Amino acid sequence: MTKLALALLKRLGGMVVVLALVATVVFVIVRVTPGDPAAVMLGSDATPQDIAQLRTKMGLDAPLLVQYFQFLLGILKGDLGQSIFLGQSVTQALAARAEPTFFLTLFSILIAVTIALPVGIFSAVRRGTLFDQIVVTLTMVAASVPSFWLGLLLIQTLAVGQGWFPASGYGGPDTSFLERLHHLVLPAVALGVVNSALIIRFTRAAMLDVLGEDYVRTARAKGATERRVILKHALKNAMVPIITVIGLSIAMLIAGAVVTETVFGLPGIGNLVVSAVLRRDYPVIQGALLVVAAIYVLINFIVDILYMLADPRVRL
Amino acid sequence: MTLSSLTLPYAASLRRLFGNRAILAGAIILAAVVLAALLAPWIAPYAPNKLSIVNKLKGPSLSHIFGTDEFGRDIFSRAIFAGRASLLVSLGVVCISTVLGIVLGVAAGYFRRLDAPISRLLDAMMSFPDILLAIALVAALGPSLATVILALGITYAPRLARIVRGSTLVLRELPYIEAAVAMGLPTWQILTRHVLLNLASPILVQATFVFASAMLAEASLSFLGVGVSADMPTWGTMLASGREYMNNAPWLMVFPGLAIVFSVLSLQLLGDGLRDLVDPRLAKES
Repeated sequence: MTKLALALLKRLGGMVVVLALVATVVFVIVRVTPGDPAAVMLGSDATPQDIAQLRTKMGLDAPLLVQYFQFLLGILKGDLGQSIFLGQSVTQALAARAEPTFFLTLFSILIAVTIALPVGIFSAVRRGTLFDQIVVTLTMVAASVPSFWLGLLLIQTLAVGQGWFPASGYGGPDTSFLERLHHLVLPAVALGVVNSALIIRFTRAAMLDVLGEDYVRTARAKGATERRVILKHALKNAMVPIITVIGLSIAMLIAGAVVTETVFGLPGIGNLVVSAVLRRDYPVIQGALLVVAAIYVLINFIVDILYMLADPRVRL
Repeated sequence: MTLSSLTLPYAASLRRLFGNRAILAGAIILAAVVLAALLAPWIAPYAPNKLSIVNKLKGPSLSHIFGTDEFGRDIFSRAIFAGRASLLVSLGVVCISTVLGIVLGVAAGYFRRLDAPISRLLDAMMSFPDILLAIALVAALGPSLATVILALGITYAPRLARIVRGSTLVLRELPYIEAAVAMGLPTWQILTRHVLLNLASPILVQATFVFASAMLAEASLSFLGVGVSADMPTWGTMLASGREYMNNAPWLMVFPGLAIVFSVLSLQLLGDGLRDLVDPRLAKES
């Protein structure tokens, strides 16, 4: 077996272990609820019969260990349980709300990377200039802005003030895809701009690191053009930390999406989680946590593979 | 007296500390925020909950410099008092995550057998986006000030644990620790006297960043209505309640938001500056 295949298998094994632990953490979180989760979910008006019924439905009357294995078995079968309030399975509820969250995350990361890579690279190349100082200051400020607050300011100025974009929602079921995308512009900008700060800082730092290396000096000495030195010699070697931070940003974007979707009234997974929390719909909270964490673990795995392709030393 | 003329025993360290522009700027902004919060009853021109229906939704003026809200309450006074709750929650989060982070990180870094299980648990915990994990924990534990602090404390503990583990792994191999082991010093003494003391700098740097993240997260949770009770003014609850009126009264959104931005910015500046001091290799990058 090649070294690459072995390294891949090892990473795959690690991912399975982390996924199992993620499922365990999710299981534990719902069970630490003080008192009876069924009683908490149904509220103070519930009769003892209602509570007993829900306990049976959720499998809460089985011993804890049995509940745990049933939970794991359900996940393997793709069964995340039934929502208490939505009248549909958690998998259906998540699938129905996946589209806005997927496109919001995708556009935000595209906006963040489109801003961050050129600005970060240019800032490193022009280190110490006025441009660089402005970039360093602005990224610091952008990293301090809550994305939901930026979203509210954008709604106020560009949606309510200018009327250029819809202030909230995702359009009705008959809305065209383009119209739905129009609804995503402001939330994606709010999330993307805030998250570009971190990527700019990492890109700048990674570029500064490699620009001081001997091979960059050699490339310059042998007469390579500045463009070639930066894009071919420096950027290629700075890619590993940049890929890492982009992977990390996707996780942060998913977290940001929870709040941003609420601000913009987007019917996505974030909005689903918040309403589930307010209604104590534990199966939905549990399922959403699990799916989002699994996506994050998967992204990390893909980033790991990209590393190996970008830098053969990582395979060792 | 200028900093350069200080002759106190710690003058050199202080000069180094405040000679860093980021630290100086961060410290000044943070000191202003903390002082305003501490002296709130004396600085605030009005009581934070004083209703005045005739003055409702008035824009910034000389008598109400940040304007008033839908109940005629003075935004400036409320923002100052809200700083108390926001700072208190964040400080609580830092304390809990630091203690948990130290315990988990030192255990994983010093005791080889515990490393793999603890590290995998940290990996799993860090797979949850912070806000999502925090709201799930708040939902499970029931919403209250204490559970918000506990939930965010648990959420950010892995960040500290990772840093502590990494530093402990390095420390463990150093000759003076080996010497302490050879001398037969009890493990707890090695850990408290030799390991923990040397971890102070990386912990301080990371704790500053956690402080900043906790402040942003608390604001998000309160804004979503799953954080501290809406009756308690925090910058997040002020934004949440002001949102309804933002078309007619944008100042309800602007000032609490700016309070968050400046506080978080001060902590980021402090964290960055401290990290440069602790690890001069990184200073060249900023």
